[in-house]
Amino acid sequence: MNSERRGPGFYVLTAFFVLFVLFLYGPLSTIFILSFQGPNGGLTFPMNGTSMHWFNNLLFEKQQVGDFGGAFSRSLILGLMTMAATVVVSLLAGLAFRRRFLGSGPLFYLAIASLIVPSILISLGIGLAFQVLGFEPYWYSSAFGAHLTWTLPFGLLIMFAVFNRFNPAYEEAARDLGASSWQTFAHVVLPIILPSLIGVGLFGFTLSYDEFARTLMTSGSFNTLPLEIYGMTTNVTTPVLYALGTLTTVFSLAIILVALLTIVVLRLRRARRLAG
Amino acid sequence: MTLSRLVPRLAPYLQASPLALILAAFLVLPIATIVMVSFWDYDSIQIFPAFVFTNYEETIASPVTWSTYLNTLKYTVIVWALTLFIGFWVAYYLAFHIRSATMQMVLFLVCTVPFLTSNIIRMISWIPFLGRNGLINQSLMQLGIIDRPLEFLLFSDFAVVLAMVHLYTLFMVTPIFNTLMRIDRALIEAARDAGANAFQILTNVIIPLAKPGIAIGSIFVVTLVMGDFITVRFMSGGQSASVGLMMANQIALLQYPAAAANAVILLIIVLLLVAGILRIVNIRKEL
Repeated sequence: MNSERRGPGFYVLTAFFVLFVLFLYGPLSTIFILSFQGPNGGLTFPMNGTSMHWFNNLLFEKQQVGDFGGAFSRSLILGLMTMAATVVVSLLAGLAFRRRFLGSGPLFYLAIASLIVPSILISLGIGLAFQVLGFEPYWYSSAFGAHLTWTLPFGLLIMFAVFNRFNPAYEEAARDLGASSWQTFAHVVLPIILPSLIGVGLFGFTLSYDEFARTLMTSGSFNTLPLEIYGMTTNVTTPVLYALGTLTTVFSLAIILVALLTIVVLRLRRARRLAG
Repeated sequence: MTLSRLVPRLAPYLQASPLALILAAFLVLPIATIVMVSFWDYDSIQIFPAFVFTNYEETIASPVTWSTYLNTLKYTVIVWALTLFIGFWVAYYLAFHIRSATMQMVLFLVCTVPFLTSNIIRMISWIPFLGRNGLINQSLMQLGIIDRPLEFLLFSDFAVVLAMVHLYTLFMVTPIFNTLMRIDRALIEAARDAGANAFQILTNVIIPLAKPGIAIGSIFVVTLVMGDFITVRFMSGGQSASVGLMMANQIALLQYPAAAANAVILLIIVLLLVAGILRIVNIRKEL
């Protein structure tokens, strides 16, 4: 299939793919554009002049509803906590699953179940469990646990993919050269899987930062950013909503970009070191 | 046994224990609590321990429940069919028509990035398109195709399905792309040498080998749509119902035992659907 001329199927599918990408990005780009509405502009086109009015309004004026700054910092901290926990716990579990151990089957199915159980059940269940046990729900306790039930299975599956492709000869070589098991891990295994760990971290952060359903009943009395944005959709009828959407999306894109660049740099460095 | 021998044996248990503890505390315990509370009783201000079946009886006896479950299944079937169609062809295009590995990775990332941004914002972003004065209505009116704005675009079943396809297609693309990339290209060569045309290669070689990916993608989409409430609430403007939304409303009214009974029924249905998919396709070798 790779060696021959492009058939008509190629052009049909290219058009289909382009349409799909437009479908993915088109709506997002309209709220980017509309967030620069003039001060008298509305929620839809046409643009009524262009301005930074709604960004100013969002960042420097007191909003009638909500606490955007507090919600953002809570989501940021929660995202970082979820990222760190997801990387460490998935890595450890990924290492464990390289060997057979009692209960590995049930633990694996439990992790898969964590992906399958609808988010609202996790949210309701954790909310109820905290209530029954008499704990107060907080975004850094109950919501943190709720987010982990979503990010850990993804992290684990990525670690499976990594270790399935991992060549154990590297470790054997290190051990033959007299490295202890900690040295083997720190100087051989970890550098090789580091790019994938950054991927796990990226998933952990962004999935937590954007999570809505699992936070709904578990965040306690303070809102995270997605809850705040959702609250705004029912109260706010100005483009300030789009300004917020634009800012958080740009923030997400920046995080993705930083993670991807780090992965590329690590790969290049490793390739250079192997070549030299 | 000396310590040096014991440690390597214990290592997998120590390494797996954080995952096991987190899942026990935040998955198993909460679901057990839901099951327990589904037998509790409640009045307008509080819930209290009991062992009653009224929550299940009321849920099952209510015609609203049945129509809500049917509506949710309707969304599931439509969204599943659409995401499968779109997801398969996108994955097929990436796997078989893009020739350089770098380009494949770049285009795959282009498809993945929206998944890492907020679902709520991606839903909000349909408003300027679909609204009464949105882009679609404006363009159609300017072209003279319609003389009044179409009302069904936003806040309708159409909008719900559109947004779900927008949000969830990636869950189909990724697993199918993954299986397609693993197909040995020699098999396709062999099929062509044996005289198969492109359509026969697709139906006799590629689709059978892509089945595990299709199954994994289907499990994702089915469970996401079955449990969805935010897309339905937002995109239907409160005019359509889903099981998740019914639960969210019961939760808002503090009718936790009723919501819990609903949750147990939903969980059973979701697990049956997943079991059904797994019966048709064996995904073990993918994992």
